[in-house]
Amino acid sequence: MTTAVAQDGLVLRSVARIGRIAIFFARMLMQCGPVLARPELVIKQIYNAGGRSLVIIMLSGLFTGMVLALLGFTLLQRFGSEEALGFAAALALLKELGPVLTALLFAGRAGTALTSEIGLMRATDQLTAMQMMAVDPLRYVVAPRFLGGLISMPLLTGVYDVVGLFGAHTVGVRMMGVDNGSFWSQMQSSVDLHDVYEGMAKSLVFGFICSLIAVYEGYHAEPTAEGVGLATTRTVVASSVLILLLDYMLTAAFL
Amino acid sequence: MTDQIIVDVRGAHYSVGGREIFSGLSIQAIKGQITAVMGPSGTGKTTLLRLMTAQIYADRGEVLVFGENLGDLNSRQTFALRRRMGMLFQNSALLSDMDVFENVAFPLREHTNLTEPLIRNLVLTKLNAVGLRGAAELMPEELSGGMARRVALARAVVMDPELLIYDEPFVGLDPIALGVILRLIQQLNRALGITSIIVSHDVHELATIADRTYLMAAGTIVASGTPKDLADSDLPIVRQFMSGAPDGPSPFHYPAPDLISQFLNGVGP
Repeated sequence: MTTAVAQDGLVLRSVARIGRIAIFFARMLMQCGPVLARPELVIKQIYNAGGRSLVIIMLSGLFTGMVLALLGFTLLQRFGSEEALGFAAALALLKELGPVLTALLFAGRAGTALTSEIGLMRATDQLTAMQMMAVDPLRYVVAPRFLGGLISMPLLTGVYDVVGLFGAHTVGVRMMGVDNGSFWSQMQSSVDLHDVYEGMAKSLVFGFICSLIAVYEGYHAEPTAEGVGLATTRTVVASSVLILLLDYMLTAAFL
Repeated sequence: MTDQIIVDVRGAHYSVGGREIFSGLSIQAIKGQITAVMGPSGTGKTTLLRLMTAQIYADRGEVLVFGENLGDLNSRQTFALRRRMGMLFQNSALLSDMDVFENVAFPLREHTNLTEPLIRNLVLTKLNAVGLRGAAELMPEELSGGMARRVALARAVVMDPELLIYDEPFVGLDPIALGVILRLIQQLNRALGITSIIVSHDVHELATIADRTYLMAAGTIVASGTPKDLADSDLPIVRQFMSGAPDGPSPFHYPAPDLISQFLNGVGP
């Protein structure tokens, strides 16, 4: 009986939380129109969320591609089909590793930065000061950061994929001796534009989820050092779990 | 007379988590005057300012600003009303990603279509008035507490508000910075006719500039009048506050179990 009540409480709290996030999103969405009329606000946030994440994304993409080539080559060599390495690496990066790992890195790097920045603005009365100056923080602070994150994610995923393929090519062709022509031709003939779309669709969904969670947690953080820290942790945990869950659902949907 | 009352708090009741902060509190701020609200720490002075600026709403009673009942306004109307007022925050609340110039220019850029040269002149004029024209390119983290307070003051007046609200403007300032802020508040009030409400517990500073003073305690106003009226009052709570006596009607100790039972019998933490 107690367990059932506790479960009901948990379900109710979860539903209430989803409802609050939905209302927050609807209020923010109403401010996105005016924000798009001032692109400089969004461009600044694309730089903050995307530009500043470039190094970690490129490094991760490079090493992921290199590892992929090493493992792929070892596996494919057993079947005498090493020339399919380009195709295997491209498919793994475009459809799965690119969007998922980019999103996980984005949640850790840009998501936490967004949450802590907005949370600190709350703790130091900057958001209240804006309200007192008759400026809605949802329009000036939250919506540009959400849009910046949303736009950055597919761009970062594209960079991750390209750098990952470069890493795979470097290890596969230059180190393992796979034929350069076979590497590219196998990839060209086997990878469909649909595969690219699938990856980009995933990255858009992940960008939406990561950015929404980050700005929501920051905006509703307790205005204390501990509160901002907890909000930042919630951002990483919720984003990571949702990315992996949604990845499974999207992969199943695209099959 | 009604149009002379800029802020009119009528019998406001407000509770948080079952604890009553205000129990029928009433305050009026008259046009062109400096109204001081004093009281011991924790009596809800900052909460009163939040009530006056529609950040929170009274459970019962009315709060009228410029004749408008704040409880009846939607968010668009509230924002329109706030454009007629400025607020100086205790911690200055400067926007940390902008330099001093951009902080002061922020309300102008958001609410007007003024040309860039005009914005520049207005901002530099306001910064000059607070003595910080030369600090226009500094970032907020490069400012001292007193300088940040002056920048926040310049930002609060850049839209030429009719009502200016100060939340503990003297806290943490050295005597020189305190004197500067005090003089600026007085100048703004006299030169521009701005109605001012100052929340503070600095008795002596407020006595020199306030036209009318309210003393808050236990969720309501216990005394009001000119600073001289309060200084001459025989009320024990007023005498305790004005003289800074540690104990009296406003107790030194937060409510706690009996001293002996707590130490000897292990009652409480």
